[in-house]
Amino acid sequence: MSTGLIFASAGALLFAMGLAGVALLDHLLRRILAFNLMGSGAFLVLVGLAQRTGVADPVPQAMVLTGIVVAVAATALALALARRLFTLTGDYKLHDRRPRADEG
Amino acid sequence: MKRNYLAQALGLLAALFAAILIAVMLELAALPPPAVNLPDAVGVRMEATGVAHPVTAVLLNFRGYDTLLEIGVLLLALLVVLAVAPHGEKAPPNPSSRADPVLQTLARIAVPLMVLAAVYLLWAGAYQSGGAFQAGAVLGAAAVLLHLAGLLPRWDTPGARLRIGLAAGFLAFIAVATALLGQGALLQYPPAQAGSLILLIEAGLTLSLGLILAGLFLFLS
Repeated sequence: MSTGLIFASAGALLFAMGLAGVALLDHLLRRILAFNLMGSGAFLVLVGLAQRTGVADPVPQAMVLTGIVVAVAATALALALARRLFTLTGDYKLHDRRPRADEG
Repeated sequence: MKRNYLAQALGLLAALFAAILIAVMLELAALPPPAVNLPDAVGVRMEATGVAHPVTAVLLNFRGYDTLLEIGVLLLALLVVLAVAPHGEKAPPNPSSRADPVLQTLARIAVPLMVLAAVYLLWAGAYQSGGAFQAGAVLGAAAVLLHLAGLLPRWDTPGARLRIGLAAGFLAFIAVATALLGQGALLQYPPAQAGSLILLIEAGLTLSLGLILAGLFLFLS
């Protein structure tokens, strides 16, 4: 197993952890962090798989570099929206429109 | 209680998903190498790009279109942040009241060095790891450090100069792309001028990226 494959496997693990976080966590800040974890996992898979033979591939690296910057912008946007939600509702959670039956 | 079981089941499901993902990837890696060898394809055409580092060549020459859209996305994100940011809802806290003298002294020493490092990274991008995005990130971090040390107040509404600075990278990029349209293709640099055109675009990108990344923090703080 080459180093690139280990990176890619770690990326797949991070992606699954982030996905579970997005699905399971209530607090929006934690959800945004989990979403970032998913993104980092995808970047690791891209770069890791591309250099599985040991030769670094500049094309996925440039793609990931672009992706990182866009992810930073998306995170800032998500944080701005979360803070707007906090000023409007006083809470960092998304509420269902009707109360859930299994609550409590 | 019910929720607890549900969370555990979903957690197990996520672990299973990770295992399947890794198994599929290992299967994928065992396939014969693809017919298109991208590193070689980049290497063959490196002389015509005007830079010596393959990642920079891909970012600003082969896939310059992506980078143009990327700075556009960043600008768009900043515009939305400006639209939802609280304007003058509360008076910004007096920066000097919570200032830590050690942090302030450190920031005063570090920020000029960070600006120097940003210029170096911009220049180094032509032949080794570095480039506009790394340089812009260092500039943005310098502004955030100044703000956290209480030396730079939060930004409220951008003035004319700040607006020009925020848009400069995108505008410079579009100007170069428009000027080169006469060649027949978007962002196809003539090999003789490619190096200086890329440096011009990267300088604009560095300035704008630093300001945008700083703005994403300072407009919200």
